[in-house]
Amino acid sequence: MNEKVSVEPQKLTNISTNEALKVSNLAVSLKNNSARPLIEGVNISLYPGKIFALVGESGSGKSLTALSIMRLLPEALKITSGEIVLNNANLFKLTETQMQTIRGFKIAMIFQDALTSLNPVQSVGDQISETLKIHTQLSNKDRFDRCIELLTEVGIPKPKTRMNWYPHQLSGGQQQRIMIAIALACEPDILIADEPTTALDVTVQNQILNLIIDLKIKRNLAVLLITHDMGVVYQVADDVGVMYQGNIIEMGSKDRFFYHPKHEYSKQLIASLPSFNHFILENTKEVLLSVENVKVFFPIKKGLLQRTAGFTKAVDDVSFSISHGETLALVGESGSGKSTIGNAILNLEKITAGKIFFNETRIDSLLKKGMLPFRKEIQVIFQNPYSSMNPRLTVGEIIKEGIISLKLNLSSIDINEKIDQLLQSVKLEKDHKHRYPHEFSGGQRQRIAIARALAVNPKLIICDEPTSALDVSVRAQVLDILKNLQNHYEVSYLFITHDLSLIPHIAHRVAVMKNGKIIEIGPSEEILSNPKEQYTQELLNSIPRVGVT
Amino acid sequence: MKPVFLWTDILLFLLSIIIFYSVRKLSSNPQFLNKWINVFSSKVGISTFIIIFTYLLIAVLDSFHFQKALNTGNEAQTTTSQVQYEVKVTSVLDVLLGEIPNNVEKSYSAPFSLYSYSKSMLKDEEGKLYRDFERLNYGGAHLTEENDRIGDILIKSAISFIIGLTISLIFIKIHTLYRKNHKRHLNFIHWKTAYITLSCIIIMLTWLLYLGSYYHVLGTDMSGNDVLYKSLKGIRTGVLIGTLATLIMLPIAIILGLSAGYFKGLIDDAVQYLYTTLSSIPSILLIAASVLLFNVYIENNQALFQLGIEKADMRFLALCFILGVTSWATLCRLIRAETLKISQLDYVRAAHAFGVSHSKIIFRHILPNVGHIIIITFILDFSMLILAEAVLSYIGIGVDPSMASWGNMINSARSELSREPTVWWTLVGAFSFMFILVLSANLFSDLVQDAFDPKAAKGAVYE
Repeated sequence: MNEKVSVEPQKLTNISTNEALKVSNLAVSLKNNSARPLIEGVNISLYPGKIFALVGESGSGKSLTALSIMRLLPEALKITSGEIVLNNANLFKLTETQMQTIRGFKIAMIFQDALTSLNPVQSVGDQISETLKIHTQLSNKDRFDRCIELLTEVGIPKPKTRMNWYPHQLSGGQQQRIMIAIALACEPDILIADEPTTALDVTVQNQILNLIIDLKIKRNLAVLLITHDMGVVYQVADDVGVMYQGNIIEMGSKDRFFYHPKHEYSKQLIASLPSFNHFILENTKEVLLSVENVKVFFPIKKGLLQRTAGFTKAVDDVSFSISHGETLALVGESGSGKSTIGNAILNLEKITAGKIFFNETRIDSLLKKGMLPFRKEIQVIFQNPYSSMNPRLTVGEIIKEGIISLKLNLSSIDINEKIDQLLQSVKLEKDHKHRYPHEFSGGQRQRIAIARALAVNPKLIICDEPTSALDVSVRAQVLDILKNLQNHYEVSYLFITHDLSLIPHIAHRVAVMKNGKIIEIGPSEEILSNPKEQYTQELLNSIPRVGVT
Repeated sequence: MKPVFLWTDILLFLLSIIIFYSVRKLSSNPQFLNKWINVFSSKVGISTFIIIFTYLLIAVLDSFHFQKALNTGNEAQTTTSQVQYEVKVTSVLDVLLGEIPNNVEKSYSAPFSLYSYSKSMLKDEEGKLYRDFERLNYGGAHLTEENDRIGDILIKSAISFIIGLTISLIFIKIHTLYRKNHKRHLNFIHWKTAYITLSCIIIMLTWLLYLGSYYHVLGTDMSGNDVLYKSLKGIRTGVLIGTLATLIMLPIAIILGLSAGYFKGLIDDAVQYLYTTLSSIPSILLIAASVLLFNVYIENNQALFQLGIEKADMRFLALCFILGVTSWATLCRLIRAETLKISQLDYVRAAHAFGVSHSKIIFRHILPNVGHIIIITFILDFSMLILAEAVLSYIGIGVDPSMASWGNMINSARSELSREPTVWWTLVGAFSFMFILVLSANLFSDLVQDAFDPKAAKGAVYE
C-alpha cells in the first residue's frame, strides 16, 4: 500500500499527456546473445477508454512485449533498452516489491488458456477474493459482495452459487470471464489481453469480445489486445499496431489501417481476411463417398465392474455424400462430433450403426486386411502439424511410408522421383527430403503432411482442421495448395473446420453439425447467404468480419 | 597361454559392440546428436564422462581372462602336445598391475606400513620365541633403513607425479596438435576441463601403481591381499552388475511396456497385473530366495564348472539376472504411459491410415520416441545397481565370496570395524572407489536427464 501512495502524487503532476501507459524504444534479447534482439524499438502508447490491438504472426514478439510491460519475462531473456512509463514512473526502475503492487493493481493481464491460468483446486470465489485480499483492506463481508458484483459484471449467471464452483465445472467462455473478473478485481487502469479468445469457439469469442468492449467503456480502461486474428481487430480495436519479426512495422487508427494500409505485410494480412462475395459453385459428378445414417456411440463405463451405464452420442444419425472432385465442409463447434466422422470414414473408429460406402463398396465393416486397398484411396491431414509427423524420421522417410506399406510397387528410383515431384507440388525444395520435421515452420510442415497424403494418389482426403494451427498469411497458402491439387488431380476433400470464414475459399457444399447431428446441409452459397437454421445464423453472425474487400 | 571366456566377459563384449553400433546409428539423427552435444558441452558432463570411461576401461581390461602355461622348467614337456595350465585365471589388468597382485602378506597391515598389524610369534636368531609385529614380506621390503620410510614415500611420490605429468602433457600436446589440424573436431567440448580431469586421473593412477609396487598403499586385508588390488578388481564387478542387470531388465520392460501401451485392453490388464504383483513383493526377499535357489543348483551341478572362477561367475550372472528380472516394473510403467500417449498422436494415426503394420508402427514410430526414457533409466539405474550389489553382499546374498567386489569388502568391514584396534582401510578403499563411480554416474545422469527429458527442459524460450 505504501508503494501506491508514492506513485499517486506523481499522477497529479502528469497533466501534459493523458497516456495511461507509454512504452518507448523497448528491446529484448536472449541473455547470452544480445547481438540479435528478439524485439527491438517498440513504441506503444495506451490511452484510457481505447483498445490498442497488437497484431502479428506467432513468434513476432507480441507476447514478449506484453510480458515486458508486466516485467514477467522468462529467465533466459533480458530487457536491453527502453523504458515503460506508467504515471511518470519508469517500471524498469522499480524494485520487485514495488512492481508487485503495480501488477494486478494498476496493470492486469488475461491469458489465452483460461483453464491453465486458474488454480484447479481453489473455488473461483476464493481466487477472485485472493487478489482483493492482497491489494485492498476490505472486510470479509465486503470482499464477498465485491466478488458477486464482479461476477455479475462479467456476465456469470447465478453468481452466488458459482462462487463456490471449481474452474473445471465452468465452460471455456465462463473460465475466461472469471479470468477477466480476477483481472478487474482491483480496478486496474490497464488491461493486457494476450489472445483472450483464441482457444474459444466463435460464438463464445463474440461474447467475450463484446464484454471487453463494454468494460472498456464502463471503466475507461486502456486495453492492450494481442491477437493474430484480423477479424477480431476489426471488431474491437481503436488503434492497431502490426508486429513483424520483433518490430512494429505499422501503427495507426483502425480506419486508416484497414482502408489505407501502408506496409506490404499489412496489406497481405488484410487480404487474407475472408470475403463472402465469391463462392465456389456446386459440381455434379458421380458420388465417391456416401455416409448413411452413421452413429458412433462411446460407452460410459461406471463402477467396479466397468458396467456400461450409458452412451456418449458423438455422432448421431449422420448422412451425407461427397462427389468426385468436390469439397464438403463439415462445420461445427468443438465437441460436435466432426472429427469422429473423419475417423469413422478412415475406419480408425468403429461405428455403432449405419453404413459407409466408398465407390459403392461398403467399407465400414472391413477388417484391417480388407481395408488395405481403400487406404490408398482415403487419406488424412491432421490439425496439428507438430504432432502429425514422427520427429525421428526425415521428411523423405515420412512421405515414403505410405508408398512402401501400401505396396504401390515402385522401384526405389521411382519412389525418389515421386518424393521430389510431391515436394515440388506443395512448393517445397527437393533437398528438403533429407531434413527432419523440426527444421520446418508450421506452414511448411502442413505442406509436408499434404505431400504425405498425396503420395498414395488418394481419391478422398479428410482434412481435419488443417489450417487452424496456422497463422493467417500461411493459412491462405495452404488453402491455395489444396485447391490447386484438387483442380489437378480431381481429389475430393472432406474439410472439417470450426471456422466458417474459410468456406467460401474452398468448399462446394457445407454441412453444419451440432451435438452429433447434421442440422443443415447444402451448397455453400445457399447456406452462407440464407441460413435456415438459427444455429447457423448464430455461427455466421459471430464471425468477426471486415467491411472492406 | 589359454584364453578363458567367462559368460560375463562375453556379455560385456557383446554389450560394448551393441553400444558402439547404436551410437553410430543414432548419431545420424541431428536432434539426437544435439542432445548429446548438450551433455558433453558442460564441464561436469565431460569430466564425469572421462571418469566413468576410465572405470569402464579398467572393467574391460579386467575381462580379458587367460590361464598362464604352467612353467615346470622342463623344456621337453612344454614341446609335447599336453601343456599344463595354472589353475589361477589371470586377466590383462593383472598383467598391467605388475607385481601388486602377487604381493600377498600373512594378514592385516596398515597403509604404507612396514609391519604387520597384529603381533605374531617370531623366532629370534637364537631360536627363542617372542611376540612382536612381524616385518612385511613385500611392503617396503626394498628399504634397508626403516627410518627412511617417510622420505622414501615422498621421493617416490614426487617421481610418480613427474612421470604422470609427463605422460599427460605428452598426450595433451599430441591432442592439441591434432585439433589444430582438424579445426572442426568436437570443438563444443570444454577441452581444458577434459585435460585437467585426464591429467588428474593419469597422475593418480601412476602414483597408485608406482607406490603400490613398493608399499601396500591401502594396506592389506585379513588374508594379506592388497586392498588396492582388490578395490581395482571390484571395478569389474560393479560396472558389470550395473550394466548387465539393466541389459536383462531392458528387453522385458520394453516389450511388455510397449505392448501394454499400444494394444491396450486385455494385454494391458495382464501386464499391469504382472507388475503390480511383482512390485508388491519385497524385492530383497525375492532376490534372496532366487539367489539361494541358484546356489543349490550350482552345488548340485559341480561338473558343469571346471574352474572355481566359472562357478563364481555363474553365481554372479544369476545375481544380475535376478536383479534384472525383479526391477523392470518401474521402466515398464514409464514406457507404458509414454506409449499410451504417443499412440494417440497424429503421426501414429496417420500410419494407421496408411495401413502400416502393428510391428512397424511400434518399431518405427513408438520405440524411437520412448528412447529418451530408456537412456535416462539405463544411466540412473547404473549407480542404483552398484549400491544394490553392496547391500546384497552385506546381507550375504550377493556375489560369491571368492569374487572381488566392493560389497564383499564392505561386508568384511563389519567385523573389522568392531575389532580392536580397528581396521578401517578396507572400508575406505571400497568406499572411495565406489563413491567416485556412483557420484560421477549420478552427476552424468542428471545432465542426461536434463538433455533428454522434455519436461526437465530448462529456460524455455518464448519467441
